[in-house]
Amino acid sequence: MDLLLDAVIFGLLLGCFYAAVSVGLTVAFGLLDVPHIAHPAFLVLGAYCTWLLNGYGLDPIVAGIVLMPAFMALGMAVYRFYYETFERRGSDAGLRGLAFFFGVVFIIEVGLILLFGVDQRLVEAAYIGKSLDIGDTRLPLRMLVAFAMALILTAGLALYLSKTFTGRAIKAVAQDETALRLMGANPVRIKQWAFGIATAVTGLAGALLIIIGPVEPTIDRVYIGRTFCVVVLAGLGSMSGTLLAGIILGISESIVLTMLGASWAPAVSFGLLLVMLGIRPQGLFGR
Amino acid sequence: MKLPRIVAALVCSVLMTASGALFAQGSKPPVKIGMSMPQTGTLGGGGQAALVALRMWVDDVNGKGGLLGRKVEFIVYDDQSNPALTPGIYTKLLDVDKVDLLIAPYATVPTAPIMPLVKQRGLLLMGNFSFQVNHTVKHDMWFNNAPWNDASSWSDGFFKAGKQVGAKTIAILAADQEFAQNLANGARELAGKAGLKTVYNQNYPPATVDFSAIIRAIRAAKPDMVFVCSYPNDSVAIVRAVNEIGVGSSVKLFGGGMVGLQFTPNMVSLGSMLNGIVNYNSYVPGMKYPGIDEFFERYRKRAGEAKVDPLGLYLPPFNYAIGQMIEQAVNGTRSLDHKTLAAYLRKNEMKTIVGSIRYGPDGEWVNPRVVQAQFRGIADKNMDQFRQPGKQVVLYPEQYKTGEVIAPFEKARK
Amino acid sequence: MTARGYRFWIGAAIVLSAACVAAAVVKNEYYFYAAYVVIQFVVLATAWNILGGYAGYVNFGSSAFFGVGAYIAVMLIKWLNLPLGLQIIAAAAVGGTLGFGVGLLTLRLRGIFFSIATVAITIILETAVINWRFVGGATGIQILRPPVMEPFESYTKMLFVCMVLLAIIAVAIARHIETSWIGRGLRAIRDNEEAAECTGVPTLKLKLAACAISGALMSAAGAPLAMYQSFVEPASAFNLTYSVSALAMPIIGGTSHWLGPVLGALLLGSVQQIVTVTVSSELNVLVVGVLLVVFVVAAPQGLVGLFTKVKDKVKGN
Repeated sequence: MDLLLDAVIFGLLLGCFYAAVSVGLTVAFGLLDVPHIAHPAFLVLGAYCTWLLNGYGLDPIVAGIVLMPAFMALGMAVYRFYYETFERRGSDAGLRGLAFFFGVVFIIEVGLILLFGVDQRLVEAAYIGKSLDIGDTRLPLRMLVAFAMALILTAGLALYLSKTFTGRAIKAVAQDETALRLMGANPVRIKQWAFGIATAVTGLAGALLIIIGPVEPTIDRVYIGRTFCVVVLAGLGSMSGTLLAGIILGISESIVLTMLGASWAPAVSFGLLLVMLGIRPQGLFGR
Repeated sequence: MKLPRIVAALVCSVLMTASGALFAQGSKPPVKIGMSMPQTGTLGGGGQAALVALRMWVDDVNGKGGLLGRKVEFIVYDDQSNPALTPGIYTKLLDVDKVDLLIAPYATVPTAPIMPLVKQRGLLLMGNFSFQVNHTVKHDMWFNNAPWNDASSWSDGFFKAGKQVGAKTIAILAADQEFAQNLANGARELAGKAGLKTVYNQNYPPATVDFSAIIRAIRAAKPDMVFVCSYPNDSVAIVRAVNEIGVGSSVKLFGGGMVGLQFTPNMVSLGSMLNGIVNYNSYVPGMKYPGIDEFFERYRKRAGEAKVDPLGLYLPPFNYAIGQMIEQAVNGTRSLDHKTLAAYLRKNEMKTIVGSIRYGPDGEWVNPRVVQAQFRGIADKNMDQFRQPGKQVVLYPEQYKTGEVIAPFEKARK
Repeated sequence: MTARGYRFWIGAAIVLSAACVAAAVVKNEYYFYAAYVVIQFVVLATAWNILGGYAGYVNFGSSAFFGVGAYIAVMLIKWLNLPLGLQIIAAAAVGGTLGFGVGLLTLRLRGIFFSIATVAITIILETAVINWRFVGGATGIQILRPPVMEPFESYTKMLFVCMVLLAIIAVAIARHIETSWIGRGLRAIRDNEEAAECTGVPTLKLKLAACAISGALMSAAGAPLAMYQSFVEPASAFNLTYSVSALAMPIIGGTSHWLGPVLGALLLGSVQQIVTVTVSSELNVLVVGVLLVVFVVAAPQGLVGLFTKVKDKVKGN
């Protein structure tokens, strides 16, 4: 019974981390309808940049924050390119875009392999490798740090989307592009800005990824399932939904890991995703 | 008229350098020895060190005039520790590079996929620290350089130490890949024979990076001893998770089959986290064989330049031994024929820097000598401590023993 | 049969006999070892195109079908020691059934959601195989080839000819679908599924048929993998690279004509093999990624589209 409770607590922490690595996709795919299958590859890219900066003695979280402007610029450039080549041409933009982003996944993966090899990389920080003792349970500090960062990230993004003018415009563009155009706003620029924010957040989440554990160039494949599962489960575009969906995934994975064994864990996210798509494609908290 | 003359001169000089090159080589083509070596990925740390030793042998043998009066050419590819890549690499070595002799990649996992290939083509394969990789294929031209044969040759020392500290229950954790499964299956049998109750028995997929859930589950099972069969990346992650989460006060003995804790860079980066772990090894400082100290001296110079494992205690001497065995067999038979060489290797005692080796019918050592040693008094961030005897106290086998096991695990960590 | 039909079958017969002659004449095994992979991609790409190109349902789970084919073969070798031909037929049957199941998914899922669902199926099947001890689990399994059958002199050559035969069958099926009413129906689905439904096209039946045929061919392509490699493990048999290659090749070649995937696979597959021998195996993955991006962006109609454009221009002038 203790083991189960342990699994739930650990799953909760893990789940918030999953939410943090998925929020970028919630914006990109959930709100903007961009089939951003390269999102996990961007995440790993962020992790590798963090690792590089950590080599100069920078704390991984600080490194993640330092990365954000660069990732923002990267995201805006990627969206501009995507818009010009696919969205503007209309017709099956989604599917061609999907193929495009799959190509990008491979380019990032192989680029990282060519630059850094297939070896695992990890970062050093005061809170990695230590744990907090609460009675009989020992909670790793790295998980707690990731948990706190995840909460800050999702809450911050949720506030930004509901309280600021641009934030509301982003939400509006997701619902009714024409209305926004009639109001005199340029939907493409708003989307570009939003995709930039999503990518910046992904850069920071990449720092969390390497704080949680070692990273290698093809680790993004595990996160394709997890991030899309969280976003679809959440109902496309919902911030609070993302957090809840992340927690659901984290706890189910943790319980499967503890009760059935590690070899079944990879199927949890995809299984949940498939069931969700089959039963209720609009997600738990969907519109 | 000027131009053709220049052309003629050019053609002449090209022809001369070409024929010069041919004469320098002698009329004999080189003896090509080919292999794939994991130089990146989980086994990369060990593979790179092993490669330094093999290159040392190639230089040495060429310094003596090569094999059968022909230079030795060494062809190596990186398999990234990925078993899916080795069949393609060895097919390429055989059919494109046309190598004369083959050496297996370091470790069981990359070797397993090429065993059917060498058996079907009837080729001699010099094994490289694989464990029981030939037990299903049963190829009669396989010769392993590692100092073990069956499961008990590896694990007996660990189980004896368990008996000594009065262990009644055991937890077995193994990676789901060829090496760890072979070892864990043997361990399960030995545990049954020793009357130990198995309270935890799990496999994890090779790509696992986070072991905290697994360590928590082991802790909840309250075992007396924990037998771990893991590969380098996993071993490091498991040691970190044990340090972070703790395995609980019930555990008296931890370790057994953790690959990678022998690599110097891993030992240095884990430091004091290693204390108390009882693990297998092929060589620890203090063991003496003719020529091995001189080898280490030369190795450490080259490893320093190549920036790989600076001490090279685990794999390098045994990889140099592969070269020595090839040399002895080729010189003894005056032949490169695989069948002839295999017959020689089976019949004769091999003289190497890791002692004399005799092979059994399965191509493994007749007299195994796997060391089980306990890490003790290890400090953080200190490479030099691993040069001396005493940091890894040998519990088994008898002839190398330097101390008794300290238990429980948590006490041995202090 | 029309003149074009005769020409196609004569071409197919020439290709098959050329493969047989090559197997008898060429000595170096490595050519067959490499060519096998290229031809295998012709089958995969052609199979993908039946659903993805004609009907517009983008399957990202080709590796699921491929891996299932490989593991059905492994199972049959271990269990009953069946010969290669029966392994392929059994794999095709299972792949077809799996394809039928995927076809049912299209009832609810379209566009990108369908694609994501197919990725999910890949991982779930891979996890199932990882936990299936009988076929080796994540460890993988070593397979000893039986003695080669007459008149072939080596097993690799036999597998090569066998794969060429499979490729011809796959292309013939794709060509038949393309030129018949099935192809017209599938194209109607691609252009506008609701409209097709309203005008009386049996959309569900057609989609199920396309999924099942495509799945059967992909699994058939995976079945000889066990014998080809003498070793199978789930991480490589279900590798995402198969999925992306199976979709990149038709996109590069052109999805509207049966020749597109064949061209794409021959081109991309050969480049990959050459890069693997001369440079490294990572670079061959990079080639897929870069070409996919370039073609999706710059030449959405693929090589076939470029050819027709050039032809039109020549005619126009």
